Amino acid sequence: MVDVTPADAVPPAEVAEMELYHPHSWWTKYVFSQDAKVIAVQYSATATAIGLVALMLSWLMRLQLGFPGTFDFITPEAYYQFITMHGMIMVIYLLTALFLGGFGNYLIPLMVGARDMVFPYVNMLSYWVYLLAVLVLVSSFFAPGGPTGAGWTLYPPQAITSGTPGGQDWGIILMLSSLILFIIGFTMGGLNYVVTVLQGRTRGMTLMRLPLTVWGIFTATVMALLAFPALFVACVMMLLDRLLGTSFFMPAIVEMGEQLQHNGGSPILFQHLFWFFGHPEVYIVALPAFGIVSDLISTHARKNIFGYRMMVWAIIAIGALSFVVWAHHMYVSGMNPYFGFFFATTTLIIAVPTAIKVYNWVLTLWRGDIHLTIPMLFALAFIVTFVNGGLTGLFLGNVVVDVPLSDTMFVVAHFHMVMGVAPILVIFGAIYHWYPKVTGRMLNETLGRFHFWVTFLGAYLIFFPMHYLGLMGVPRRYAELTDMNIMTESAHHLNSFISIMAFIVGFAQMVFLFNLIWSIRHGREAGGNPWRATTLEWQTPETPPAHGNFGKDLPIVYRWAYDYSVPGAKEDFIPQNVPGTFGPSREPA
Amino acid sequence: MSVILVFLLVIAGFAGWWLSHQRLTAKPWLEQGVAGDFVGFDRSSLPTAKIGLGVFLAVVGCLFSLFTSAYFMRMGLSDWQPLPLPRLLWLNTGVLALSSVALQCAVVAARRGQVDTVRLGLATAGLTALAFLAGQLIAWRQLTEDGYLLASNPANSFFYLITAMHGLHILGGLVGLGRTSAGAWNGTQRERLRLSVELCAMYWHFLLFVWLCIFAVLAGWAATFVSICQRLLT
Repeated sequence: MVDVTPADAVPPAEVAEMELYHPHSWWTKYVFSQDAKVIAVQYSATATAIGLVALMLSWLMRLQLGFPGTFDFITPEAYYQFITMHGMIMVIYLLTALFLGGFGNYLIPLMVGARDMVFPYVNMLSYWVYLLAVLVLVSSFFAPGGPTGAGWTLYPPQAITSGTPGGQDWGIILMLSSLILFIIGFTMGGLNYVVTVLQGRTRGMTLMRLPLTVWGIFTATVMALLAFPALFVACVMMLLDRLLGTSFFMPAIVEMGEQLQHNGGSPILFQHLFWFFGHPEVYIVALPAFGIVSDLISTHARKNIFGYRMMVWAIIAIGALSFVVWAHHMYVSGMNPYFGFFFATTTLIIAVPTAIKVYNWVLTLWRGDIHLTIPMLFALAFIVTFVNGGLTGLFLGNVVVDVPLSDTMFVVAHFHMVMGVAPILVIFGAIYHWYPKVTGRMLNETLGRFHFWVTFLGAYLIFFPMHYLGLMGVPRRYAELTDMNIMTESAHHLNSFISIMAFIVGFAQMVFLFNLIWSIRHGREAGGNPWRATTLEWQTPETPPAHGNFGKDLPIVYRWAYDYSVPGAKEDFIPQNVPGTFGPSREPA
Repeated sequence: MSVILVFLLVIAGFAGWWLSHQRLTAKPWLEQGVAGDFVGFDRSSLPTAKIGLGVFLAVVGCLFSLFTSAYFMRMGLSDWQPLPLPRLLWLNTGVLALSSVALQCAVVAARRGQVDTVRLGLATAGLTALAFLAGQLIAWRQLTEDGYLLASNPANSFFYLITAMHGLHILGGLVGLGRTSAGAWNGTQRERLRLSVELCAMYWHFLLFVWLCIFAVLAGWAATFVSICQRLLT
């Protein structure tokens, strides 16, 4: 109905051209590059590399759980170190870095129609500080005493006492230093992502025309900027407790018959700080996944996203609510039960906007022209997995259910489904979707389908049985599960089965990595817009996009990002930078 | 965690105000054409660097709110013994305020294009900021000499930790100020100089504000104020 200006009356782009940094040598072009696209690839490669380490660690853990007593080198101490590093790497160094540093850097400038991030130098610095954080983390594997085994939540007092691996050695110090570096590096990058969305948008790109991917990454970055300081504060204070003998978190404690000098500190204070970061972190990972999956579904079902406004509002609502649910991770910490009631309520409320998003994805699929491409398969798998994991989250959000289940495998199954498997499925879908833009070639279809089915079915075979183990009362965080009444013969068989599935799924990831590398040279030529998508990154003059992204003139945006199958239009998609009005209901009044 | 929640409420209020100006109720599927022509719905007219600094200051504010939150939570435990603040902190506060004033003068001069006054303002601000840092170090020293060591009481630990964090932020600001000063002496373009002086001033005023807040917290006035409010409410 509302045709804002006749298309032919549009003056040329009035967006001020940014001064683009031009690399002069091979080093500044590919290594110390200030181009967001190169930084994105650097972020993704580093995150994948450290993610592989975490994958190996999960194999080692499964070896121990599935076949207890068979492998001598997996001592209880080593098991705890594997658990800790696996969790920390996956949540922070892989998922956060890949979604925000990887996809954020690649997609934000291209999708909003900018030449680059607004502060390219700071952006480059962000990656190098991140790399340093990863190196410090890796170095803890080689430090005397090995990495910390405090669990990924690093709860004091055990995190810095001598009974815990790395507690009185280098492990915990390197872990905390690495996190502090990560947060500093992330803040540099995060400033870029936020300000680029605010200020870098091309002409015509209003907030309500942004693809949901950008909305998701943008909101997640704002949340991360506000939540990571809590982890920073917790890390700095714990570092002081460990190194200088302060008592922020450390109560009076007797260790190996010796009274430590700490006195009166509060471990609960650490839990509050940690989860004030930790819960938003779940959504920092989930919101970019929500955004990306919306775009994948819309593109591959050739249909506009259902309820775009509702999707945007839901993202904002989730972002805001996620800051008032943190203590539902602390029901068993002995805090005031009234707090528990409050946090259970907010936890249930946050399910409402999340459910709205799920309904809208399903309604987008309804009567769509669904193409079962690999990105679409992953997107569909995400919806199913996220619903599964989210529903058990509703169980655990209630105090009375959480208290008995809190220390069991049920929780492990829940969070792996909802924040492990689900976001990773989106990452895979997104890689299959955008790889042609990054490299100019398609990933191999056959290998891709193999990868999808093994990963999807395998992940269910791993984590579904874990729920049953949890309901039986099988505890988590135990290195040895033999000689326990609850560990029946069948429970042991189930554990072995889970372990074997974990190896198979891990193997499928190697196939995926092979596909990634092989297709750079041998993949089918993709062309500029293989999925016939509407968003700006597919409309670049070159593929892969050159430095500066859009050639001589920045694109002008005339429509929202979801003009698929518009009645009356020649093609079933209208890119955002195509002028003119289409569709019977859109004739100027 | 109330301090950080109040801080986030302020941020949320600001974000809500901004979002309410962004036509979030628009129906983008019905609108074709260059919607950016609606006045005020596109990017802000403020310089991008200022918005970037604003976002960064929100993060810094968040950091100090969290330290303050932790301070109040730890304060409630039994082993807390407040330490007497050195009188020198008052002098330091004055010096830091002077630094801010000097930078504000530099901003005014930069807007008028008086490069000499800008240089004078920048130099004064830099020197007074350094004096502030030196003063903080001396205050630390006085405390340690009086036996208030870092690890002997959580009140002391928080005092050293929070003042150190604030000092580090000042130090970081001095790097920016140094670069601005180098520009002022080497004759950068006038608009550019004005922007970077304004950025420095913005950062300085914010850190002065943070210092006043944490001074109030460390001196115990904030706790008194809160308890008075609580008594009024109950």
